[in-house]
Amino acid sequence: MIGDTEASPVLAMREVTKRFGGITACKDITFDVAQGQVMGLIGPNGAGKTTAFNLITGVYGLTEGAILLEGKAITGKRPDLIVRLGIARTFQNIRLFRNLSVLDNVVIALDCHETYLLTSSFMRLPGVRRRERAIHEQAMFFLASVGLEDKAATRADAMPYGLQRKLEIARALALKPRLLLLDEPAAGMNPEESLDLARLIRTIHEQFKLTTLLIEHHMDVVMALCERIFVMNFGEKLAEGSADEIQHDPDVLKAYLGEGFKRAQHI
Amino acid sequence: MWQYVSGVISLGLIYVIATVGLAVFTGFTGLFSLGHAAFFAIGAYTAAILTYFYGFNFYVALALGGCAGGLVGFLIGYPTLKAKLRTDYFAIATLGFGEAIRVLLENLPITQGARGLPGIRGETNLPVLLVCTTLVIWMAWNLIHSRHGRACIAIREDFVAAEMMGVNIFIGRLRSLVFSAFCAGLAGGLFAHYFCFIQPSMFTSYMSTQMTAAVVAGGMGSISGPVIATLIFIGIPEALRVANIWRLVAYGLMLVLIMVFRPQGLMGYQELSLGLVKSWYRRLWKGGRA
Repeated sequence: MIGDTEASPVLAMREVTKRFGGITACKDITFDVAQGQVMGLIGPNGAGKTTAFNLITGVYGLTEGAILLEGKAITGKRPDLIVRLGIARTFQNIRLFRNLSVLDNVVIALDCHETYLLTSSFMRLPGVRRRERAIHEQAMFFLASVGLEDKAATRADAMPYGLQRKLEIARALALKPRLLLLDEPAAGMNPEESLDLARLIRTIHEQFKLTTLLIEHHMDVVMALCERIFVMNFGEKLAEGSADEIQHDPDVLKAYLGEGFKRAQHI
Repeated sequence: MWQYVSGVISLGLIYVIATVGLAVFTGFTGLFSLGHAAFFAIGAYTAAILTYFYGFNFYVALALGGCAGGLVGFLIGYPTLKAKLRTDYFAIATLGFGEAIRVLLENLPITQGARGLPGIRGETNLPVLLVCTTLVIWMAWNLIHSRHGRACIAIREDFVAAEMMGVNIFIGRLRSLVFSAFCAGLAGGLFAHYFCFIQPSMFTSYMSTQMTAAVVAGGMGSISGPVIATLIFIGIPEALRVANIWRLVAYGLMLVLIMVFRPQGLMGYQELSLGLVKSWYRRLWKGGRA
């Protein structure tokens, strides 16, 4: 089972537990994200969703359990190594390189797969120049994939909020991940903007065939995008299932969605 | 007269070499150091001792002086940066380190303590300085326009996000510290062979502060800014030498004025380029007409 790469899911959480002193932020969380799947992670504020992301990306160490990426344990690895193994994320509160250009934001992400040496950097050998040209071309491609190609020279923090969100997604894509973690990409957006973003995420998902784990509070976005949904409450699993099942689960309705929750329209 | 002018220029260029290194560390990687005079001193003493006592070739001694600075940078950076000290704590650590090195130089037999080393061979001249300055600026420019330099910039901007871009923060910071310590060491070697005399009291925290001030005033995230600021900082006190004690006031006033009117530094995040000069010219010209 574990170690068999063909059958193993892209991400496997195995009884993941995280305690901060006396508080248990995540308790016995177990789920799989299959290849090519978009999975939703929902739950009330403080349920431990972002903690789960921080555990997956190595920002926090686990107290118990294991996290596997394509069958290989990534538990206890440094965040930058986990990124190199293929997990990219966006942040709940946007974390761009604010003083840099939009293009440079993406270029820094692309650098993650570059291997030219420090000595050749110092001398700017022809090989470095060639790689630099290639990186900049690729960066334009990723900007185009979220529709920011005409903003390349703009300072990142000079862009409106919605576009900064898109840039963060482009930057994560440029890491060429096997698994994309999106932490509330539609936070602070009105219904129209969030549906627009959902469309973008779907297009990207189809274009890059990217396995995605999504935290989101906009239910129309979640229901439109996610094949499977995992619901957390007080750090524990509340329910797991398809969008349909979750919308009719009495526990979920009671704890999070609200009794009067109406089926989201499709986009 | 030319002797005097070339002397000021030489001193300016020596400081430019050290400041460019510090610009990479402070301006591009976002860490403050209050002890760079120590790397300067280590380079100066290493190079001077090699030529003075062991008759080394000047250029070999210069290179080894730079390497000694870089090596000590590595040794001090490894524990402090590994511990992920917050940037202000790191600055304090470098302050203590700088003082420790100075005290060490005052008490080692080979450095001849506070008496210093008189009669070092005077081999630093303007051409050598120009070549070294050009080389260091070229290397620094290449570095920050490569993946290694961009990693440093990412760390300065947001180290949490940088880590999520696969940047190893510790390595990025350490690399940048070693480069800046190398530059300071190289500048130290040139300094020793220019003045032909060094003593520990030349390398006080005042020197470190002056270098950091030049980087901040010149603009964090610029190489040309700190270069211009250094030349101004060296040049203006010299030009005001007639004003005697007031030149220090002028120096302080200049710093205050820069911080008030250009809080982002002289150049901000930009580099001095032909395009920028043109746009200034256009603005000036337009402003004049309106």
